[in-house]
Amino acid sequence: MEKEKKSWPPYAPGTHVKESDIREKKLTYTWWEPEVQYSWSLGHAMSKFIQGLKTGKIYGIHCKRCKRVIVPPRMFCEYCFGPTDEWVELKDTGVIETFSISYLDPDARRIEEPILVGVVSIDGASPKHGFMHYFGEMTKDEIKIGMKVKAVWKPENEREGSITDIKYFKPLKGGDD
Amino acid sequence: MKEVAVIGAGMTLFRRHLKETGKELSFMATKMAMEDAGIQKDDIDMVVMGSAPDAFDGIHMKGENLIDGSAATGKPYVRVFNGGGTGVFAPIAGWWHVASGVADVCLVVAEEKMGNVYPHPQTAFRHIWDPVLDRPLNPNLVWLFAMEMNRYMTVHNIKKEDIALVAVKNKRNAVGHPCAQLADPNITVDDVLNSEIMAWPVQRLDVSPPSDGAAALIFCNKDIVHKFTDDPIYVAGTGWSIDSTMWTNRDLYFPRYVAQAAKMAYKKAGIINPPKEIDFAEPYDPFDYKELHHMEGLLLCKKGEAPILTREGVTQRDGDMPICPSGGLLGVGNPIAATMGQKVCELYWQLAGKAGKRQIPGDPRVGVGQAWGDIMQMATVMVLRRG
Repeated sequence: MEKEKKSWPPYAPGTHVKESDIREKKLTYTWWEPEVQYSWSLGHAMSKFIQGLKTGKIYGIHCKRCKRVIVPPRMFCEYCFGPTDEWVELKDTGVIETFSISYLDPDARRIEEPILVGVVSIDGASPKHGFMHYFGEMTKDEIKIGMKVKAVWKPENEREGSITDIKYFKPLKGGDD
Repeated sequence: MKEVAVIGAGMTLFRRHLKETGKELSFMATKMAMEDAGIQKDDIDMVVMGSAPDAFDGIHMKGENLIDGSAATGKPYVRVFNGGGTGVFAPIAGWWHVASGVADVCLVVAEEKMGNVYPHPQTAFRHIWDPVLDRPLNPNLVWLFAMEMNRYMTVHNIKKEDIALVAVKNKRNAVGHPCAQLADPNITVDDVLNSEIMAWPVQRLDVSPPSDGAAALIFCNKDIVHKFTDDPIYVAGTGWSIDSTMWTNRDLYFPRYVAQAAKMAYKKAGIINPPKEIDFAEPYDPFDYKELHHMEGLLLCKKGEAPILTREGVTQRDGDMPICPSGGLLGVGNPIAATMGQKVCELYWQLAGKAGKRQIPGDPRVGVGQAWGDIMQMATVMVLRRG
């Protein structure tokens, strides 16, 4: 019953189609453009967080059992699986944990001026607790992991209750704190 | 629990666009696996389908859409899905169908059509980001990898040259793979380092391509494996683990969830010293640094040591610990769930001595495959062993 040990896969079934075949309609295909919108309730924890941003404040939340100050906040702690405790107003400063210099837009189109983006851990929260955001007032050669940064807020009348109520994080200089 | 053997595997061509529909690709991969195992549709008790986000195909509930091409009509059938982890999670689900004694023969099919979505497959990835925290920032999926890669490089002081060696190795390894999309026998480290910067530190040749493709795998109960082969390959261990979706609340330099999944699989396999007891590995390599990150997560070396082993040639096909002898995702392609073809089918082909030009020299007896997915949180691990 020993089968012949030929090399596998023995062949590669499938028919390669080039992008140009589609553009030039050499491929028989059909097309559909869905139109759909969504509305999401932000829930208990994120509603408070986002409303806080509108007033220029970053809120975390305390889990007393885990001795953890959590940001972004949630109404429960995924470690001890109990409800979280009281709200904590955090600073609007922090540290760059990691970053990227992006030449891609969301559809992978190339852009000229790179976006500086990364994770900021927020001062006053537990270590490594933060969120993703943009960086500004620094060049791609200046940005580095470990850099201290401070939020640059939109003017109050332009804030709409969004993570983008913070425009970006800039380098923290003496006196900014 | 029942012992579970692998008796057949199949895989289609991987390309950015294929003419075939998802059903047709599933049919072709399944037919090849049935040919390998020497079985017919009626011999299959149950079917598992692995396929990643519906947003790529653009067909909601595509598990149902794919049934006819998966030899599943009239049979118990389930689709499993955990993003990029699916390529190894689908075979894990196939294994538990047989290990539990519920099925004697279980077919696993993994399918992906990423080329359907416009303007780019990355457009579909917009839908996986958190709608409150992330989407207003207009993220691109590559950002995630770039941020993780930068953290990993910075913590361990790793040079991009050493990471580029992974892309070179895998694209060269893929030369022996008939399905390969990006095999390149002449690629050099300089080619990788000089390729377009997408989202620094990620450059174009650090990245695997989006692909269409399918793969299939057939498991059977050890009690009947003598009907199909005298030289069976067995599932020695499986493991899976997921971390919090709050990826900005942990240090990205080490994938602790991969280590959790690996420990689970090694415990079942009786593996105490992974680097000594495992002969080769297929860690998930959608980006070149991910192979290194996952070697460390799979406990095949110490933290920060994977780039050194790579530089020393240990991970080459003829090295002491061949890594991604298939050519991986970087060389063969990345139709998300269908990467089962490199991550588990390849283990079987290597252990059965059927890998042809890709065959690892020596006498490999134990291999580990792994996939990774969701928002940097899911790990799936399978260990195969020659009987």
